[in-house]
Amino acid sequence: MRYAETGYNLEIDLATGNIEKVETDPKLTELHLGGLGYNVKLFWDRVPPETKAFDPENLLIFSSGLLCGTPAFSFNRTCVTTISPQTELLAYPMMGGFWAAELKYAGYDRVIFRNKSPKLVYIWIHNDKVEIRDASHLKGKGTVEIRDIIKKELNEPKAAIAAIGLAGENRVFTASIEQGRSSASRLGGGAVMGDKNIKAIVVRGTKDIYLARGTEFIEHVNKVGEYIKFRNENPLKGVMTILSGIGSPQEMKHTDEKWHTENFSWGNARTRRRDFWTDEINKSWSSTQREAIKRFISCFNCPQQCGALISYKDVPRFKQKCFTKLTYSMAAYVDNLEFNFRIAQRATEYGVDGFSTPQILAFGVELYEAGILTDKDFEGCPPDKEGRFNWLLDRVVRREGIGDILADGTYWAARKIGNGAEAFDHNTIKKHEQLPLKLGMMDPLYFLMYSTNEKISITQIEGNWPQAPFPTIEMREEFVKDWPQLPDEHFKQYLLDWEPRGENSNPYYPTPDMCSEIVDWMEEIHNIDDALGLCCGMGSFCLKPPYHTHNYHLLVSSATGLDIDRAGLKKIVNRSRNLHRAYNVLKGMRRADEKPPQDHWKRRFPELEEKLLDTYYKYKGWNMEGIPTKEKLLELDLGYVAEDLERRGILQDGQN
Amino acid sequence: MAKIKKKIKSIRINADKCNGCRSCEIICSSFHATPRHSSINPARSRIQVILDPTTDIWLPVFAGEYTPAECMGRGKYVIDGKEYDDCTFCRASCPARDRFKEPDSGLPLKCDMCEDNDPGQPPLCVQWCYNEVLIYEEREEEVEEEAKLDEIDLGLESLVNKHGLEKLVDAVVRMTQKD
Repeated sequence: MRYAETGYNLEIDLATGNIEKVETDPKLTELHLGGLGYNVKLFWDRVPPETKAFDPENLLIFSSGLLCGTPAFSFNRTCVTTISPQTELLAYPMMGGFWAAELKYAGYDRVIFRNKSPKLVYIWIHNDKVEIRDASHLKGKGTVEIRDIIKKELNEPKAAIAAIGLAGENRVFTASIEQGRSSASRLGGGAVMGDKNIKAIVVRGTKDIYLARGTEFIEHVNKVGEYIKFRNENPLKGVMTILSGIGSPQEMKHTDEKWHTENFSWGNARTRRRDFWTDEINKSWSSTQREAIKRFISCFNCPQQCGALISYKDVPRFKQKCFTKLTYSMAAYVDNLEFNFRIAQRATEYGVDGFSTPQILAFGVELYEAGILTDKDFEGCPPDKEGRFNWLLDRVVRREGIGDILADGTYWAARKIGNGAEAFDHNTIKKHEQLPLKLGMMDPLYFLMYSTNEKISITQIEGNWPQAPFPTIEMREEFVKDWPQLPDEHFKQYLLDWEPRGENSNPYYPTPDMCSEIVDWMEEIHNIDDALGLCCGMGSFCLKPPYHTHNYHLLVSSATGLDIDRAGLKKIVNRSRNLHRAYNVLKGMRRADEKPPQDHWKRRFPELEEKLLDTYYKYKGWNMEGIPTKEKLLELDLGYVAEDLERRGILQDGQN
Repeated sequence: MAKIKKKIKSIRINADKCNGCRSCEIICSSFHATPRHSSINPARSRIQVILDPTTDIWLPVFAGEYTPAECMGRGKYVIDGKEYDDCTFCRASCPARDRFKEPDSGLPLKCDMCEDNDPGQPPLCVQWCYNEVLIYEEREEEVEEEAKLDEIDLGLESLVNKHGLEKLVDAVVRMTQKD
């Protein structure tokens, strides 16, 4: 019997229509757990590195995490893994919601799609019955719109649906996979799904998942639950409201947006409006938000309520969470929140990433204002800010005219347009749009997180370490007093000594050695979350979370029956993380790609930045190109990877 | 018949607070697994969240009595602009639908208020509902004392209901004559 996992993959060849339920090798679970870790291994074994996003050989994997579907709170993430059309590297957009749990209850840990369907289809997974169904009647339909159609068709109100909209069908590089409640948005998973001609994947399961030591497991979960209650009743002091709680940033509940609107940049990551949040704005934005939110909602088995059902005036209902509440208004320089609710609803139906897309539209507007794009490119476009954004969004998702170029994202569009457009692509890392943040002093921790992690996405791998030093020693002492999440006591001193100004402040403090330890720890817990299927809002992405390095392994071992302690768990995720890096190295990624945008900070320190990278690479067991050394790979039982890298001349024997 | 005091256990459901996480379903199925917490399957749960998120319907319903026949009509309720059919609120395990039946055998499920749990503990679904949608309540009521049927009587009664007394008697006679 298999515990926590089902022990089966669903393999679907879209070209032939062949569907197989394949028993998995338990050894692979021991080596990589589930979720991201396991998916990386599948890519290494099965997809040659020359493969491009839209090649039939590219796999599209929809995976649950190892603990999804168990009673442990908040393990509900679906990890989609595929080669990104935008970065051309191995990407893993993820989403919460209900899909992963339903898949487990249907009897599968993951669905692996290969090749392309000759026509638009949707997949219906109902326990052992799996069908590839015609989806011609769903062509062009919105991601929310089709939910009712499919649910009526199947008469299964509890079926979970992951779908693409028009953007995915048209292979827009920022196309998302929407699940009603949440979405896997980053890096173009929706484009690959569209390329494979899958409109939706619908799943409903009514089978058992087993726990190896159930009573012990529940005892651990109960302790976590107690801490969740404690954190919900005791928000952290001394940090911004948005950082004080647990769960995804509570954007649907909090109405005070002074921090986002004044610290994040407007337009194409261009302007900070430091005096934006006036009393009048506060009043108007808060009242719009309260009017729009019909109900706060949760993901599967999660006590937090990070999302909301939006019901605003004549706008068809949709669901929303997090920073997408603001991204369109801010990118368009529109000073009201109503515009954001209106356009976000359309964008959700189209299925586009709410972070990248507004920046791409703003990039288009900037190029037009700079005369690089012309009236001809904008023929028929309304002159007002709101109308312009709506018009551009329509062009992008349909790949019409200038929209066809912008649909590839700012990096590729800038190079296609040329004529100076490249300079306007100023907010991408590894070809992917980042948070619209432009700050003053270089931050060594963020420098490493932005530069080196394989997520290449907004949140990167931040979370457990405070974003900035506390102003007084008393506040620091208060913060470290109760901090059981730390991997080791000596980290406390780093925080106690970290000051806003002076010798012990950014960019030279924390020192490169300290930064390496802190960033490595944060990366480790992100990778654990992504393998186990935990929402990072309850683990890696918030301060003082309920799940941490001292309790993950207890849950894993009691659920699976595997004998895994803290060090063992660290080794497993380290193995998968290095395998991921090695795969991206095969795809051409090198040190030169590992850098934040030049204007991310006003004050840059090139020598220190090089030293930070050197130190971190060394700490990780990588060579100075950021490639895992043979020694490191052997230590992680990845001898086959070392051999491959040597055979290709990427690692040279004896020289690392 | 004599009046006796009976402890009535109930769960008050504040559906307006429900955000559809289904934790109640998960822990119910886990608690009722044998051995306890050895498996999870929300389809086995004796509480089901009825949901239609776009119309803002999230409604936990507990499994009640088994009924051998479905009812005649199908009414509609409209509450606060949301349309529900009769079946939505119905707690019966009924031939008309799959709700409150073991997914493998089709046998009916019924909420037992987790009576096997340690004394004084509210049902598990209540404990796991952190948003206080489910509130456990106990009250005392005076009821007529019922003559309690033993197990054989109960079994025979359901056979009589299904096949009629005559057929049952015939069967018992046949069985005794076999020896």
